Amino acid sequence: MNSQQIYETSHMISNENLDVRTITMGISLLDCIDSDSDQACQKIYDKITSKAKDLVKVGQQIETEYGIAIANKRITVTPIALIAAASADKDYVKYAKTLDRAAKALGIDFIGGYSALVQKGYQRGDRTLIASLPEALAETDYVCASVNVGSSKSGINMDAVAQMGEVIVDGANRDVMTNAKLVVFCNAVEDNPFMAGGFHGVSEADTVINVGVSGPGVVKTALEKVKGASMDVVAETIKKTAFKVTRMGQLVGTLAAEKLGVQFGIVDLSLAPTAAAGDSVAEVLEEIGVSQVGTHGTTAALAMLNDAVKKGGIMACSHVGGLSGAFIPVSEDAGMIKAVNAGTLNIEKLEAMTAVCSVGLDMIAIPGDTPKETISAMIADEAAIGMINNKTTAVRVIPVPGKKVGDTVEFGGLLGYAPVMAVNSAPSTAMINRGGLIPAPIHSFKN
Amino acid sequence: MKAVVTVLGEDKVGIIAKVSQLLAQRNINILDVSQTIMANNFVMMMAVMVPDDLDNHQLNDEFTNLGKEIGVEITLRNAKIYDAMHNL
Repeated sequence: MNSQQIYETSHMISNENLDVRTITMGISLLDCIDSDSDQACQKIYDKITSKAKDLVKVGQQIETEYGIAIANKRITVTPIALIAAASADKDYVKYAKTLDRAAKALGIDFIGGYSALVQKGYQRGDRTLIASLPEALAETDYVCASVNVGSSKSGINMDAVAQMGEVIVDGANRDVMTNAKLVVFCNAVEDNPFMAGGFHGVSEADTVINVGVSGPGVVKTALEKVKGASMDVVAETIKKTAFKVTRMGQLVGTLAAEKLGVQFGIVDLSLAPTAAAGDSVAEVLEEIGVSQVGTHGTTAALAMLNDAVKKGGIMACSHVGGLSGAFIPVSEDAGMIKAVNAGTLNIEKLEAMTAVCSVGLDMIAIPGDTPKETISAMIADEAAIGMINNKTTAVRVIPVPGKKVGDTVEFGGLLGYAPVMAVNSAPSTAMINRGGLIPAPIHSFKN
Repeated sequence: MKAVVTVLGEDKVGIIAKVSQLLAQRNINILDVSQTIMANNFVMMMAVMVPDDLDNHQLNDEFTNLGKEIGVEITLRNAKIYDAMHNL
């Protein structure tokens, strides 16, 4: 028994907000496809509620026995645009409501997979699903949606980019929370345990358990002990800490998979903040030495942090996947919120930061009168960063009707609260109205 | 299950006695004890064997309540969590 190690672990859990952010069960719905949508929805409900019937119970058992919090229990499913395409339904809101009903029956926190993958073009199901997104999200509570509009292999579908701008504005006018549950991706991954972008890819096993870890508070505390040391020491300290945090994820995932009798998928090596004090990625960057997140040096500090987290985590678990990187959602990070309010952090800097970390312009409140073409152009910019750099990028912006720059909007729970941020007011309408496809980029001559 | 009890807080008379008493009442055997004072704080780790038929939830509540009563923080966790974090 090594008292020092026990003390360290205990302190991380009790004082530094170390928790497992989520255990997420991925469930394939490919065997629920039916040309009769009522039949399909019944099969979907039955499959989800039987496969995941013990998910919450097992999560709570692990929390009690191991004394570590598992913040969320979630489910991802096969993109509904693929499952529902066999039916002749005019919209898929019925499917979203089925997912919502299953989530409520199970007592989970979120269900993801009301999704479409249109990076190269639309099949009929994609078109129907995207058109029904605002209504589906406004009429459900737990359903999360995502649309993949680009990839490094196939380019960017600018028709989809244009349409997503419309969808986001339409959603905002129905209910401001709809867009907190909608992510527009480039290079979406198939085993993401995080929300709102999680879905269960078609190449995945029938049912798997994926785990997302957290731990910005733990990294910050570790860095407080190496003040003034060189960047080599900082990187090494982050690696060692990330290793320890990830071991928790590996343990919890293995236990959950064993108890539920399903395959263990991946650990997502992420630093996921919450709006609680001491659980902030911004504060880690400030501990590295930028006086406030958003100032010059932030991108370099973040690049190093992101890379060191991966290097430390990768040996700590058997399979790595998901988004794996430091998240920089504004509303979910007290340090980011503070920097926006102080005028140090703006959307342009956030965009630069997304080039070196996971995942994108995330949980950013923007004025309610932002034109749909401007939102589309923001999506196009992020998708371009992802496409060229072979990484996942995403946009989850939230236009808030009636609010202007400097106002604050409350989302509640893990989603936190956000100051409304300024967007560039010069229009990009003509570019977005062109539509079409940005061709896949060349994969050589990398400059 | 093999578990670790940690006790952290201000030093005072009777902490070990009270924690040991609760362990004995629940038929939990103590395998190893390490106790020290760090910066005026009482720090104790006990490796224990918890009988399989005990309800972990209830046990946690009992230790939390005892901790509140004597003004220290007491946790009980499956020992695997410490092994997992620090040993390959």
